[in-house]
Amino acid sequence: MAFTRESLRIDCRRVCAEVIAALQQQVRHRLRRRGAVVCVSGGIDSSVTAALCVRAFGPERVRALALPERDSSPESLAYAQLLCNHLALDLVVESIGAALEAQGCYARRDDAVRAAIPEYGDGWKMKLVLGHGLLETGRLNVFRVRAEGPDGVTREERVSLDSYLAIVAATNMKQRTRMVRAYYHAEALNYAHVGSHNRDEYVLGFMVRYGDIGVDCMPIGLLYKTQVYELAAHLGLPEVIRTQTPTSDTYSAQQSQEEFFFALPFSVLDPLLYAWEHDVPAPEAAMGLGLSAEGVERAYRDFESKVRSTQHMRELPLLVGSPPR
Amino acid sequence: MDIAGTVRAFLVDSFLYGQDSADLREDTSLLAAGHIDSTGVLEIIAFLESSFGVSVEPEEMVPENLDSIACIERYVLRKLSPPPPSA
Repeated sequence: MAFTRESLRIDCRRVCAEVIAALQQQVRHRLRRRGAVVCVSGGIDSSVTAALCVRAFGPERVRALALPERDSSPESLAYAQLLCNHLALDLVVESIGAALEAQGCYARRDDAVRAAIPEYGDGWKMKLVLGHGLLETGRLNVFRVRAEGPDGVTREERVSLDSYLAIVAATNMKQRTRMVRAYYHAEALNYAHVGSHNRDEYVLGFMVRYGDIGVDCMPIGLLYKTQVYELAAHLGLPEVIRTQTPTSDTYSAQQSQEEFFFALPFSVLDPLLYAWEHDVPAPEAAMGLGLSAEGVERAYRDFESKVRSTQHMRELPLLVGSPPR
Repeated sequence: MDIAGTVRAFLVDSFLYGQDSADLREDTSLLAAGHIDSTGVLEIIAFLESSFGVSVEPEEMVPENLDSIACIERYVLRKLSPPPPSA
């Protein structure tokens, strides 16, 4: 069968049934836990994950956890509450801002930003962004820092390697701190910590080691983002959650996942990733998607590079030799 | 100025732990070979700017300019060459 965008279509009823059965088997029999803790951000992935957990275990055995911090969008909490109202879940809200402050997350990040933008300070917002042109020119993934002052002024500068590493390392404290808090709840309840990564994130490495990837299972981990949206509609999730633009909700300035990591809209990324994963030759993928073969080749090379540089995050810690059992 | 030699020495020191390899040919794709990732690209750009006095513009951050020793040499030579006289 020729490759087209329709190749990603799923039978939502069948997929839901499979995921729910897998959740029950994994949580109850593999992990021997009584329920699920799900960190809900108000985004589509955690919303679908929570809805599937409710269908698998019942709302009485699902703890929905919102863990906002200083830079979190207020809409995120509002959408998380809307979702929980819809699923008949009690939402437990615990701010991790003080913990991050104590760990120096914000101060370390801000010092690194000021190395590129000296006037960055109180009242400013920032984010890391990638340039455009992956398909058109194959431009390399070189981050810039964009800061917005309280008076509306915007500055964007290329960030040095040291500053980039410092910003990322400081910011990753957020995901790792959330992991710590989620496991407190999971272990106190004898529940599994269920993650919400989708296939794009898992395969391409849009995750933080021992942060948001620090979970017991990922029921939607093999579903492309567009398929997650299909499931969301099938599950009857609130429209406002299904139609919002995916954000990283990581930096103080609003940032889409496209501009931070994926460099392509999901409507283009998903079929390209599907084609690459299923060894569809670039010319055939190009024809099926109305793109240039050169652009598809550039995307394929980007996928290879991302997978290779993040492979360690999908593996267990390295050992010297192999254990006997 | 031995641009290729200078770049090779930098790559070997920064990404190959000081061990040069016959696999690092002048046309070896640094990204495809796994010698560098996105942070490595940042390092290469910083090195070119400090070592050769060039300014790498955002639209120039493409594989054709930065993904092999040969590509980098050609790119640096273009940047260092005087602009052609206007007609």
